[in-house]
Amino acid sequence: MNAELDSLYQEIILDHYKNPHHAGLRDPYEAEVHHVNPTCGDEVTLRVHLDGGTVADVSYDAVGCSISQASASVLTDLVIGKPVDEAMSVHQEFLALMQGKGTVEPDEDVLEDGIAFAGVAKFPARVKCALLSWMAWKDATTRSLEETR
Amino acid sequence: MLPGLLPELEVIRKDFPILERTLAGGLPLVYLDSANTSQKPQCVIDAMVDHLERHNANVARAMHQLGAESSEAFENARDVVARFIGAPSRDEVVFTKNASEALNLVANTLAWATGDLAIGEGDEVVITEMEHHSNIVPWQLLTERKGATLRWFGLTDDGELDLSDIDSLITERTKVVSLTWVSNMLGTINPVTEIARRAHEVGAIVVVDASQAAPQLPVDVTEVDADVLVFTGHKVVGPTGIGVLWGKRSLLEQLPPFLGGGEMIETVRMERSTYAGIPHRFEAGTPPIVEAVGLGAALEYLAAVGMDNIHRHEQAITAYALEGLATIPGLRVMGPLDATRRGGAVAFEMDGVHPHDIAQVLDSRGVAVRAGHHCAKPAHARFGVQSSTRMSSYLYTTPAEIDALVEGLEHTRAYFKVG
Repeated sequence: MNAELDSLYQEIILDHYKNPHHAGLRDPYEAEVHHVNPTCGDEVTLRVHLDGGTVADVSYDAVGCSISQASASVLTDLVIGKPVDEAMSVHQEFLALMQGKGTVEPDEDVLEDGIAFAGVAKFPARVKCALLSWMAWKDATTRSLEETR
Repeated sequence: MLPGLLPELEVIRKDFPILERTLAGGLPLVYLDSANTSQKPQCVIDAMVDHLERHNANVARAMHQLGAESSEAFENARDVVARFIGAPSRDEVVFTKNASEALNLVANTLAWATGDLAIGEGDEVVITEMEHHSNIVPWQLLTERKGATLRWFGLTDDGELDLSDIDSLITERTKVVSLTWVSNMLGTINPVTEIARRAHEVGAIVVVDASQAAPQLPVDVTEVDADVLVFTGHKVVGPTGIGVLWGKRSLLEQLPPFLGGGEMIETVRMERSTYAGIPHRFEAGTPPIVEAVGLGAALEYLAAVGMDNIHRHEQAITAYALEGLATIPGLRVMGPLDATRRGGAVAFEMDGVHPHDIAQVLDSRGVAVRAGHHCAKPAHARFGVQSSTRMSSYLYTTPAEIDALVEGLEHTRAYFKVG
């Protein structure tokens, strides 16, 4: 009974949930967005700071379940310090994993701790939780690019 | 056995085939999400299947035997509803898609009303902070569109309506007072009759959302003294896709039409039309016929069990649940802690574990609850939380199922290493 549950709540996810990385809102930033999951009410406020084509900082204030909180933490680990193009392709990879209904084999070289979310893809109701901050990041990054153009 | 439980609980459970099924891993279903939607007894399923198999035809427009049978079954359902809520006239019972549509019907037709019912600048609509979104948003739309003002009763820390400012809230400017009888989140039973009396003193229309009350309390619209009372079919062991709007004849007859189309007219010319009398004036198009038949069967089933008996059962189970939940460290119930002052929906939060995660772990043990804001975000905000876990019982709920919930919550704490 717990095997299924353990595939969702990987130890890595629970670690990020208890100790989220890069949490809190910081300056400077070019764009701040607020995304909600209307079905459950999970919310994230997320800021992106770009510097010379690189994701210099992603800061956030999130309220939500373990999956959505851990996902925000993993997101920041993965994109901060990367060129925007590369970060966008990581985003694409994570999105494909989440929308793959459990059939996509994650690439650990690209997604690192993000591979722990492979089990979430098998729980359709929780996919939105995992994607909340990622969608917010993409939105904020697009706006930052427009801002700095 | 707990005093107040339905004496034939095991027999009642056998009426609901879904309660026999098992979930992943062969686990029995522990269904504690009846405030979300109730399960259906075999007699409702059979009535709907029988109608589709033997009597299916459109209503009120088919000049053949099947048409007559279908019309009779549909209109019989209206009689059953009228009896169930003590409506003075069957014509005051309008079928809608659900309670949301019923509330929107009232708010929209009031927006279009002229004369005494017209709402404009300076007028006020009063709701409460514990409403379901479906009893907030239609009134926000109405007041925004008409330049009127939306006001609301706040809540006390115990989850009751704060009536201390009733005199400044309900005034000669108040045109509508719309409130829930039983809260879907806090479980609170509101003093609707007392509030209706105050509202009527200033000439306001009283709208009562009975979506959570109709399943578990005896309803008598005259006793409540509402002008409009709405509820939905699927929470009273009936099907989805059908709701009820009851309104006083004098009010319904003054309201302009809502949706235009077939069945709601008297005659149609290219220049203009005249409209049918109530209730058909508000039932444009082919109605949910088989759903009405199912709703009729559902209300007859509840009436046969007895609403007083169901209410006692709910109180006994709710008291037992509140006792069980009180044993979990770090768990806080939102809403009244006295089972006699509340309905069977119990929302709570638990330190260290988010409601989604609680619901997920419970689901892995076969226990179905709801997690989220339950379409009552303002009520959650009032208690400083963004979401909650909600268990809700019904006439088929057993004390053993409450035990399974409490054990599941203990397991959840252990799983997330809390405490």
